[in-house]
Amino acid sequence: MSTTAASPTLDVSGTRPIPFWRLVRVELRKSYDTRAGFWLLFTIGLLVALVEIALLLAVLIQEEPVAVSDFSIVAAFITSILLPVLGILLVTQEWSQRTGMVTFAIEPRRIRVVLSKLVVGILLTLLTTVFVFVLGVVLTLVCEVVQPDLTSWDYDWRFVVAFTIGQSLTMVVGFALAALLLNTPGAIVLFFVYWWGLSLILAAVAGIFPQFIDVIPWINFQVALGPLYEWELDRAEELAQILTSGTLWIGIPLGFGLWRILTAELK
Amino acid sequence: MITVDHLTKAYGSFRAVDDVSFVCHRGRVTGFLGPNGAGKTTTMRVMVGLTPPTSGRVTIGGLDYAAIPNPGRHVGVLLDASAQHGGRTGREILTLGALAMGLPSARVDEMLALVGLTDNEAKRRLRNYSLGMKQRLGIAHALLGDPEVLILDEPANGLDPAGIRWMRGLLKSYADRGGTVLLSSHLLNEVELIADEMILIGHGRIVAQGDKKSLLAGAQGAATSLAMSLDNTALATELARRGHLVDPVGEGLRVNAATEVVGRAALDAGVVLTDLRSGGVGLEDLFLELTSATARDGAGAVPPPPPPPSHGVHVPPTPNMPPVDSPVTPPGGHR
Repeated sequence: MSTTAASPTLDVSGTRPIPFWRLVRVELRKSYDTRAGFWLLFTIGLLVALVEIALLLAVLIQEEPVAVSDFSIVAAFITSILLPVLGILLVTQEWSQRTGMVTFAIEPRRIRVVLSKLVVGILLTLLTTVFVFVLGVVLTLVCEVVQPDLTSWDYDWRFVVAFTIGQSLTMVVGFALAALLLNTPGAIVLFFVYWWGLSLILAAVAGIFPQFIDVIPWINFQVALGPLYEWELDRAEELAQILTSGTLWIGIPLGFGLWRILTAELK
Repeated sequence: MITVDHLTKAYGSFRAVDDVSFVCHRGRVTGFLGPNGAGKTTTMRVMVGLTPPTSGRVTIGGLDYAAIPNPGRHVGVLLDASAQHGGRTGREILTLGALAMGLPSARVDEMLALVGLTDNEAKRRLRNYSLGMKQRLGIAHALLGDPEVLILDEPANGLDPAGIRWMRGLLKSYADRGGTVLLSSHLLNEVELIADEMILIGHGRIVAQGDKKSLLAGAQGAATSLAMSLDNTALATELARRGHLVDPVGEGLRVNAATEVVGRAALDAGVVLTDLRSGGVGLEDLFLELTSATARDGAGAVPPPPPPPSHGVHVPPTPNMPPVDSPVTPPGGHR
């Protein structure tokens, strides 16, 4: 039409872009304001408490020696499965519930939304880690009171750091697979294949071709992370293994996933 | 305010939106009309950056949507009222929006009151909402940031008659205060009363645009009259002899001719007219006429209405005696 030139312009001089921290606040709230989100977080807390208390009871009944770090090692079994699911839900919810139409209309620079979700995933991982350790300390105190001779306070800050980094990276694997598939069940299945199936498959292959065993840490991110958990990450080769397997399980899916999210059509 | 410039969106060889250009002006309500699948929603999604266009561009106030800082403060969007998490309450959904846009939480209460959602309703989860309540919530969400531009896709869908009237008033006063409104619909009568301008789209292409008057003026030779007489059969025969199309409608006739022509025919045939008025062209006829050729899958489950017979119909307008020489219309297929 002819009035294009005379068309009024939008005065945006007084409007500031949405600051990143506000997006993080919104995404954080979105992670627990639904039943699925709330119960997932609640379940993580509950299961962590249950396994740590189960360990406490087992230790006390059988009068076994125990160290403060034992509690977090037990809890890690739970968190390393459920935190990735949390990471998956953060991403896929926008697709399964179609809220992406609203989210990306409010903040069209989609990369900022994805990054804020990643930050929320890491924040919740940190929160979980703090919970795991605080509960571990409390339960160790109980052991200290009941069986002081068998209780050890051997405590290595490097273990805490390694634990936190490992948990965060595992959560990010879930996040990356979710970005790749943009589908909740698909991403969860793929993550569990990675978590349980991969080791089995690689072990089977190594059973047939024994020399393959040296290749495994270059492919299996979990195995590659082993030295990190043990805080023995002192060889360049081990670092390289983390980098290659990390690229395979985080870099590539996250890269493709980001490309998908940034160019996807939201319906 | 909204400028759509040669916009095309193709999916493979299918062109959902095909070289569409139009402008929405400030202070006016623009109705975006077309049958289902005509490309309205796709066009609106491109407007707010949710769908990348194949070619062409859309600007709002001269800017790409993505270039608008905190766009919710300038452009209110409602594309699909159901595209919200079913597990969140209405209030929570608005709270999230207000939080992202940097608005005080009091704004949430204001909007809930404005769209008439009670406190109790706002506390219910969205999956328990009726479609009408979802629409009200969606409109509240679009208005949260007090935007200058509103883009609403089928906002009246699911609203009851009172709700439609309420929305009409709301959008009208919004436009009167200088806002720009673009709303889509596949139902003409929803839009007819409120839109200052209309864009008619069919099969991805704009088939007509303008205000109501100019659209009707553009429909040439479409003047119709509604006539009733003491002898409709004789009148129909006379009109048909003069080459006009005649359709029995209810107790009378619909004639594709001006009232004067019908009056003269009645005079010559010696038939007493009991009622004669201009049927105008309902905008609806125009709408159907313009979009029927381009409507999606015209040959779907319901056969298209039969073309008007080329000769006059000499049948008294008794509903239970269909004319032998015209195809049988399914119930409800004809008005």
